[in-house]
Amino acid sequence: MEKLLEVKNLEVSFQTYGGEVKAVRGVSFDLHKGETLAIVGESGSGKSVTSQTIMKLIPMPPGKIKGGQILFNGEDIVKKTDKQMEKIRGKEISMIFQDPMTSLNPTMKIGRQIMEVLTKHQNMSTSTAKERAVELLRLVGIPMPEKRVIQYPHEFSGGMRQRAMIAIALAANPKLLIADEPTTALDVTIQAQILELMKDLQSKMDTSIIFITHDLGVVANVADRVAVMYAGQIVEMGTVDEVFYDPRHPYTWGLLASMPSLDNDDKSELAAIPGTPPDLIHPPKGDAFAARNQYAMAIDFEEEPPMFQISETHFAKTWLLHPDAPKVEPPEAVKRRMRKLASTFEKPVLVQEGKS
Amino acid sequence: MAKYITKRLLYLLFSLYLIITATFFLMRLAPGNPFTGEKQLPPEIQASLNEHYGLNKPWYVQYGDYLVKIAHWDFGPSFKYNSRTVNDLINDGFPVSLFLGVEAILIALALGTLLGIIAALKHNKWQDYGAMIIAVLGISVPSFIMATVLQYFLAIKWHIFPVARWDSFMHTILPALALASTPMAFIARLTRSSMLEVLANDYIRTAKSKGLGQTAITIKHTIRNALLPVVSYMGPLSAGIVTGSFVIEKIFGIPGLGSHFVMSISNRDYTVIMGVTVFYSIILLSAILLVDIAYGFIDPRIKLTSGKKGE
Ligand SMILES: Nc1ncnc2c1ncn2[C@@H]1O[C@H](COP(=O)(O)OP(=O)(O)OP(=O)(O)O)[C@@H](O)[C@H]1O
Ligand SMILES: [Mg+2]
Repeated sequence: MEKLLEVKNLEVSFQTYGGEVKAVRGVSFDLHKGETLAIVGESGSGKSVTSQTIMKLIPMPPGKIKGGQILFNGEDIVKKTDKQMEKIRGKEISMIFQDPMTSLNPTMKIGRQIMEVLTKHQNMSTSTAKERAVELLRLVGIPMPEKRVIQYPHEFSGGMRQRAMIAIALAANPKLLIADEPTTALDVTIQAQILELMKDLQSKMDTSIIFITHDLGVVANVADRVAVMYAGQIVEMGTVDEVFYDPRHPYTWGLLASMPSLDNDDKSELAAIPGTPPDLIHPPKGDAFAARNQYAMAIDFEEEPPMFQISETHFAKTWLLHPDAPKVEPPEAVKRRMRKLASTFEKPVLVQEGKS
Repeated sequence: MAKYITKRLLYLLFSLYLIITATFFLMRLAPGNPFTGEKQLPPEIQASLNEHYGLNKPWYVQYGDYLVKIAHWDFGPSFKYNSRTVNDLINDGFPVSLFLGVEAILIALALGTLLGIIAALKHNKWQDYGAMIIAVLGISVPSFIMATVLQYFLAIKWHIFPVARWDSFMHTILPALALASTPMAFIARLTRSSMLEVLANDYIRTAKSKGLGQTAITIKHTIRNALLPVVSYMGPLSAGIVTGSFVIEKIFGIPGLGSHFVMSISNRDYTVIMGVTVFYSIILLSAILLVDIAYGFIDPRIKLTSGKKGE
């Protein structure tokens, strides 16, 4: 498969009065054409900053890309100017945001908000763009689109607005769609509909998707691969099966154990991970998760763990995978789900620095 | 829509009625009458003057007469200028005041929004600080001082504009600037804070994520929404311009309604005071109504209905 996006060692910081917030601390991942990658993690783990940096949407200043590369179709986005980015945003890469109530301009008709993309990137005349806007609304499942194009956002329900957002995002047939918690602000039945719509459109248009969520429950339905983020780093990454049935990082265990599921009716085990994420102005020495990790070893407080490779596609950043580490048992809720996967290497392999 | 406007018009009439009544009785309560202060009048003349102006009738008859007359757009005779009616004064003075007021409003709006927009787009840069220093000066320096400063530099020292009087367009610029300075500063601050608020909105990020350039985002998405609060400030703005014009007209010797008003107060010219007050109230209340209606057209979220949803 061809690589659409390669993020290498990305570091992003925000200059604040309290000091430099190191929001993203060396993130690497790649994305193939037509693939969906889910990024999961607690609030503040850097999911939005990572994804907005791909479009250079973070406010700069205070934000700054301190290092790394973002190769999109082989070209480094980090080096591009704002003018060059205008040709990429909305056309090559587009984004759906969390809150459909605030992401649309309240005083502009829905149709015009879609048409803006078409006239900018597709060189359409106003009248063709108007027709295309109606088509797009129909495509995202909005009934009576001829009537809806001339309405304002406040005349739409939350779910309808998110559909309109999707229409805007897909208007110029982007190669990459970033969806930053697109269903978090919606109620459950609408959530399911929006997810269904996104999957449906993806298969029609062959877009790659980065799907950000803190709800592991939806991940299994939408994603091919999962990246788990903690304190500005990816701590585990693998296919959906690998992360759900053979997780290796204690933080992933914590996330999975706190995930409500049908086969888990024993409430006592549904435990949130204790403690809070570390201060990103002064990230702790060693493993950022150590303080909340019941399996933490002495080395976790001293030295940052390297990335270990468990299979061709599965990576985890924890000392527990070191050959000298004691063998530990994951929590009961996770263990019950564990399976032996065929692709797993015999032994975890240390990933060499500068390559992943 | 029609229902909403009818309702607002009824409110307007009611407010007017209250204003007329209040001014009527406040005038009664004020000590002295129009004829005190001048040389002692013989009682017969005093009596016949009272007779002529209807001052000898019981208060409720006077009050009733006054309401009826105003309903016919008749503000009565002036007590001081023989042979001139209040209507004459309004007809003479108001066009001048209106011209001055509109010019000042246009200056305040144009410069104020411009300063505010620049300040917000260059947030925390020198342009921002510069614009805000101008705004603070404009707010803290009263218009009559601004007027004198403008006269001194632009007229007396540098001879760019005439010092006073009302003969040509050049004569209108200094008083309009002096009158506009405070509201302009208010508008600049209002625009700036409202722009900053809008710029922090999610939909601005959405606009950026579509690939729109800075200019398109500013013009299509930011300014329009940022100017909504400025539109609602137009009501108080016109009130400020009207009251400000009393002093400014006096300073520049402009024959507008404001200078008649100030004069009539020191003359205790009851009918002029009342007439002009009522007239200004009508202007201001209509201005506020117009602003509200305009707002309903500009902001699609506001429906001009009388409270009930979905009309
Ligand atoms: N403009 C900014 N200025 C300063 N710090 C920022 C800014 N934007 C983000 N951050 C910081 O970057 C870190 C990562 O934030 P981010 O929004 O990426 O988290 P997230 O994983 O998307 O969380 P959530 O699930 O709540 O959306 C946080 O500590 C946040 O405080
Ligand atoms: Mg986020």
